[in-house]
Amino acid sequence: MHKKTTYLIPYMLWIGLFVIAPMALILYQSFFNISGHFTMGNYEQYLTNGVYLKMTFNSILYALIITMSTLLISYPTALLLNRLKNKQFWLLLVILPTWINLLLKTYAFIGLFSQNGSVNDFLRFVGVGSHQILFTDASFIFVAAYIEIPFMILPIFNSLAELNPSMINASRDLGANSWQTFRRVILPLTMPGVKAGFQAIFIPSLSLFMITRLIGGNRVITLGTAIEEHFLVTQNWGMGSTIGVVLILAMFVVMYLTRDRKAKGGRIQ
Amino acid sequence: MKKWHISNLYLIFVFLVLYLPIIYLIFYSFNAGDTMDHFSGFSWRHYGTLLSDSRMISIVLNTLIIALLSSLIATIVGTLGALGIYSTKKAAVKNGLLSLNNVLMVSPDVIIGASFLIFFTFLGFSLGFGSVLLSHIAFSIPIVVLMVLPKINELPATMVDAAYDLGATTWQTLTKVILPAITPGIFAGFFMAFTYSLDDFAVTFFVTGNGFSTLSVEIYSRARQGVDLEVNALSTLMFIVSLLLVVGYYLLGRYNQSRRMQRVKAAEAKINQ
Repeated sequence: MHKKTTYLIPYMLWIGLFVIAPMALILYQSFFNISGHFTMGNYEQYLTNGVYLKMTFNSILYALIITMSTLLISYPTALLLNRLKNKQFWLLLVILPTWINLLLKTYAFIGLFSQNGSVNDFLRFVGVGSHQILFTDASFIFVAAYIEIPFMILPIFNSLAELNPSMINASRDLGANSWQTFRRVILPLTMPGVKAGFQAIFIPSLSLFMITRLIGGNRVITLGTAIEEHFLVTQNWGMGSTIGVVLILAMFVVMYLTRDRKAKGGRIQ
Repeated sequence: MKKWHISNLYLIFVFLVLYLPIIYLIFYSFNAGDTMDHFSGFSWRHYGTLLSDSRMISIVLNTLIIALLSSLIATIVGTLGALGIYSTKKAAVKNGLLSLNNVLMVSPDVIIGASFLIFFTFLGFSLGFGSVLLSHIAFSIPIVVLMVLPKINELPATMVDAAYDLGATTWQTLTKVILPAITPGIFAGFFMAFTYSLDDFAVTFFVTGNGFSTLSVEIYSRARQGVDLEVNALSTLMFIVSLLLVVGYYLLGRYNQSRRMQRVKAAEAKINQ
């Protein structure tokens, strides 16, 4: 009995110092203004000053666009990958780019999207003429979606691989066409994968401040950008923490909405 | 048959989009010129600059030291934590510990970074090597626990009981029975922690202070200043390292599998005796 508690000591210390304390401190800090006085002012300002609410709304909107476009690209990809012969190898090729530093991938787009970059060369070549691509909302959404795609393909691929093929056969035997089989059988059964992907992308999309800085210029401000700005630029930690608390709340809402409800039904399986 | 063809085109398109930016980066690292939009000839010039850039080399070394130390310490603490969670009898305590374990897994990086910054400042801990190392240990521990715990759960409880019945002490049971059985999980945890640490930008960016820098932070500050082909040369080298790590992880995964198969076979053999 004595031994068991000793090997929990370092781990419990970690939970106390690096899980509970920082989260408690960010909540605590959110009640202090820039001169160190206890106040509800940050929350008041957040809720009444239109700038913060608009920023939060925009951030959620951007994250939704990024997540939905990633889903639209990833679902067919996962479906097709599952039909390939060496699917584990192809899946590894999908995962490989995630092992490359996120900043390097973002940096590549600074070159690709620049005024004389390859994308503009291509646009000129097809006769559309060059455009300002870097520092636009679209470029931010594109780069964020590019970085997140593997994280959406992977969970959908896994839930497709777990899908019992006899379900599809049964649906076809009972006279459903391909679309009906997809709509009524494949899609509902792979929803856990879609939800996992949604969770894995939506929450980071709210907080990706490096991409907004490097690709979005200062046009796009997400919750993450605002937190970074308040902590490291304007040094207003109280307001930064308040936005942080909002981000944590947003995270819980997303996790609640995308939770796995499979356990309740249990009709299928 | 025609449909098959079209769907393959879609996959080719997705893979092209996934890999073109990376190929583009690597391609321009061999550019004799200084921009990422005009290839004026093949040259190793930027690799030369990179290798003679002593600041960059010390940052690479810092990054590797942080990654090795943090993943090593996180592996030890995480493995002990997993053993502790396993030996917890009450279901409510166990679930509570698991939920706390997952807090840092699901929190956005900015939240981890900002809250650690408040924490270190609150304690009066100076920002630099120490704060970065502690932060990396902190966010790597939960992944180690998640890698090790399933391996412990797989271990039949009767094995541990048998060891005690045969007179082994707690220490002997741990080192001779439990640890050998969960080694693949420990290695996988170490490996994941190592890559987490190498890849991290946001948390480090918050807690690094002025004097200390890791590769990700350095790439960010150089990228903010515009195109610098030395970064391209660096990305080629990092791509090769990532490739090696993926191959290593892949082999490790297979090793796990074969170990698992061996154990299953051994168990079967024992039952059949």
